[in-house]
Parts: sequence; C-alpha cells; structure tokens
Amino acid sequence: MVSAYFRLAWTWTRAAMAYPASFALMSVLGLIVAGTDVAVILIIFANTTSLAGFSRAETLFLYGTANVAFCLCDMFVSNIDRISQHVKAGTFDTMLIRPVSTWIQMAADRFLPTRIGRVLQAALVLGYSISALDLDSGRLWMIPVMITTGAVIFAALWTLAGAVQFVLTDASEVTNAFTYGSGQLTQYPFAIYGRELVRGVTYGLPLAFVNWQPALYVLDRDDPFGTPGFMRFLGPVAALVLALLAGFAWRLGIRHYRSTGS
Amino acid sequence: MCHAGARFIALRITDRKADNSRLPSADPRAGPGTAGHRAITLRRCKTIPLYALLVRYGFRKHATYVWATVAGAFTNSVFGILRAYILIALWQARPGLAGYDVTQAVTFCFITQACIGPMQLFGTGLTIPERIRSGDIALDLVRPASLQLWSLAEDLGRAAYLFFARGIPPMLLGAALFGIAHPAEPGQWLAFLAGFLAGVIVSFAWRYLVALSVCWLIDDRGVGAFSLVLTTLFSGMLLPLSLFPGILGDLARALPWAAMVQAPTDLYLGKAPVLETLAFQGCWAAVLLAAGALGTRAIRHKVVIQGG
Repeated sequence: MVSAYFRLAWTWTRAAMAYPASFALMSVLGLIVAGTDVAVILIIFANTTSLAGFSRAETLFLYGTANVAFCLCDMFVSNIDRISQHVKAGTFDTMLIRPVSTWIQMAADRFLPTRIGRVLQAALVLGYSISALDLDSGRLWMIPVMITTGAVIFAALWTLAGAVQFVLTDASEVTNAFTYGSGQLTQYPFAIYGRELVRGVTYGLPLAFVNWQPALYVLDRDDPFGTPGFMRFLGPVAALVLALLAGFAWRLGIRHYRSTGS
Repeated sequence: MCHAGARFIALRITDRKADNSRLPSADPRAGPGTAGHRAITLRRCKTIPLYALLVRYGFRKHATYVWATVAGAFTNSVFGILRAYILIALWQARPGLAGYDVTQAVTFCFITQACIGPMQLFGTGLTIPERIRSGDIALDLVRPASLQLWSLAEDLGRAAYLFFARGIPPMLLGAALFGIAHPAEPGQWLAFLAGFLAGVIVSFAWRYLVALSVCWLIDDRGVGAFSLVLTTLFSGMLLPLSLFPGILGDLARALPWAAMVQAPTDLYLGKAPVLETLAFQGCWAAVLLAAGALGTRAIRHKVVIQGG
C-alpha cells in the first residue's frame, strides 16, 4: 500500500518536474504563502506581549507543532479534497477498477512535492520556538508524539471531508471550513476562543489533542479551562477513534457512490 | 427573457459565432463598407445597454450555483468566527488599539470575510488566463467592445451577486454571535456602499492586470500566488493595516490593496474621512484601469504578431 502510494506520488512528481522553472517558483511561493500566517502572528505580537496569557514564543510553538502536522497532511493526504471533481467528471470510475485502494489513489492524486516548502517553514518556526522557550528536557518526548497525533487527526479530517463530498458534491467548499478551518484554529492558543467552542473541539471534534492539550504539558502550564491533567496524554486515543470513524465514513461514501455514467 | 439569458450564456461558452441579435456582431469578416460593419458602428453607440446586460448576465451566471455559494458563505463565516476570537484576544490585551474598540475590531473581521467573495481576494475570478492559453482570447479581442470593459461589466455582476450571497451571511452571523457595529446614519451607509463598489473596481483592475500577464508568462500560478500574498496581507484582509508596525504600515496604507478591504471597512466604521478615502480609491482605480487598458492594447498586438 505504501509502495503504491509512493509510486503514484513519484509519477506526479515527475509530471510536475516537466516544467522546472514553474516547479522552483511554486516551491518558493508556497513557502511565502505559508509565511503570511507567521507574519500575522508576528504583527500581532508587535502590538502586544501576550495573547490571552501566552507569549510570542509559546504561540509560535503552538503554530509550529500544529502546522508541521497540518502541512504534512496537506502534502500527503489533502488531495482527497479533489474527489467531488472526480465524481462530477466521472473519472472516479477508473479509480474503482484499479487494483489499488481508492483512498491511496485519491491521496496521491496530483501529488505536489513543492508543498514540502510549507512543511520546512513550519519546522523552522517550531525549531525557533523550542530554542527560544527554555523547555524542560524531560518533556520534549511529547513533541514527536503530538506531531504524529496531529497528523493522524488531520488525515482523518481530510478523509471525512472526502467521504462527505460523495454526498455534497456541489457544495464541496463546506469541507474547507473543517479541514483548513482546523488548521487555522490550531495555530493559536485555545485560551483565546470561547468556552463553548473549546468544549466542542475537545469533546466533539478532537482538535484540542492536535497540539493544545499536549502543548500544555510540554510548556508546563495549567489549562485555563480547567481540564484535568490526564487529558494531556489522551491525544493518541482520540486520534485513533477519529481515524476509525473516518475509515468507516470513507467506506460508506464509496458504497454511496453512484457513477455519473459518463 | 430568462430562457434567452441562459441560452446566451450557454452559447457564449460553446459557440462564439452564434447569432444573437441583441449583441454587436463578433464576425471579423465584417469589413468596412459592408452591411455588417455599418451594423457594428451603429450599435457602438448603444454600448451602455450592452454593458448593463453583461452586468446582469454576470450576476445570473453566478446565481446558478446556489449550493456552491451556500458552501462558500458557510466557510467564510466559520473563518470569520475563528479570526474574530484572535482579534478579541488582541483587543482585550490592548483596548483601543488602532482607534477601534473590541466591537469595531470584530466588525472589521466580519466585513473582511464579506469582501472575500465580491473582491475575489483569493483568486483571479476571471477566465482570461484560460482563454489566453487556449487562444480563445483572439475571439474576445475582435469583438467591437473593449475586452476590459466587457470583463469589468461581467465582474461587477458577479460581485453584486456575491455581495448578497457571500457577504451578508457572515455579517449577520457575526452580529448574532458577537454583536457588530453598524453605521449610525444613512450617509455613512452610502459612503460604505460607494467605497465597497470602488473596492470591487480596484480589485477587478488588479486581477485584470494579473490575468493579462499570462500572455507573456504562459503560466499564471506563479504570479497568482504572488498576487495572493500581496492581496491578503496588504488589503487588510488578515489584520487591520493600522496594526502594521512603522514604515511597513505607512507603505501598506498607500498601496492599491488598501483600497480593497481597509478603505470600505473604515468607511463603514466611520474611521476615515469619506471624500479623501473615496479619492484614494478612485486614484488607484484610474491608475490600474489605465494600465489595464495599455495592457489590452499590448496583448492585441502580441496576438496579431502570433497570428491569433
């Protein structure tokens, strides 16, 4: 399965490399476009020293951890977003008869290697924030765990978004609110959001486990919303539950699929 | 009437040479002295109704995709809520920052979300790049109507529809969830609407230039991404421009993108002198439209040199 993914991804990479100048330009521009989010954070902290009790370095730490996970998924999974186009064009039929899982084919569909620029940008911000933060070295083990957890959660979200598009073929942009919206939401300390929203993204859609809950442990801070300490370590469980749900929804979506007949 | 409109749109896409008695002939064979040529010159005097018709068609063309619009309005609203929380936190830390109070900052956020659709802050919203690549642009250029004004008319129709369909819902949601400020007097509403229209025109003029660049660059993704960064950052779409520090702020407030989101929003909030702001927008609209007109002339030559 993994080898099939990488073979497909390599095919799309070669296709993109056919235009080397455009390829180089896209890599650089991807980095700059992603950089606007950091620019916003830096401009905010040019006007204040703390946002809802969190410093600039702490906010950049949250941004970095969430965005490394988000951009990895944006690179490797987000292509699933294009499913409504395939359904409308009737090209999804061809994927069903190929001997590779539809999920793998969709995730690798028009794979864009230039998105690695965004991952690097997020990793750079994360690296800077860790060096600026004077963290307890006994807690650093959580960082790779939370990035993996976050990546699984985002991948599950994109899978759910793809599954929903089998039904909402004409209104596929709705799913952006949940995929890209989640990416936006996790860039900032949850302390800025309303209590109901935070409750919703902790117990409903488990976005709090992408970075907020584990980051409270790494940063050694209390939750302003007063959740108990064991919640900091529930991330992998939440990610697993969401991934199972997403897998189920994806199968349901495939079964729901009716060809356009073209 | 309605059916005729739909037919016109369908014909425009599928068959350029389709006869439509209400529009000037696009037949390049209509040389001087022929009956066709006389018909064109006669109809040239009637261009105002033509552009009014195009505005209507632009409106209707986008009104066809109801569910896509609902989806867009929903997504704009969700992002509006997320961004409002960021601004609320910032204004709680620094009350009165940039001359806004918290309510005005939240209002700012939801107006910027309302601008995304009408001003197409994330993309070109024009079909010109595809038409240049496919060569169809040659047909657009032989029309006895200016390509720029033709596109502007269609774009205004599109913007008018998206103003209602994707602009109003986020505002209402913002008002319901957080409470937003609204202009106190009718004059302020008028100033806002004038500023909004000017913002749409400046945005069109900029996107038109970006779209024309495809004629020389062939690939529009690079320049598109470049435009995306400039537009989102310097229009005030991400943060009010008055938060930008030092010289960066002065520069941002003088650039054309400030005429798109920041200027109409300040008119809505009553934070900017009306006449000066409208003059600022008018200047940039004139400069960019003039550049676009020059660009149109240039691509006309280029297309002729290439042989169409």
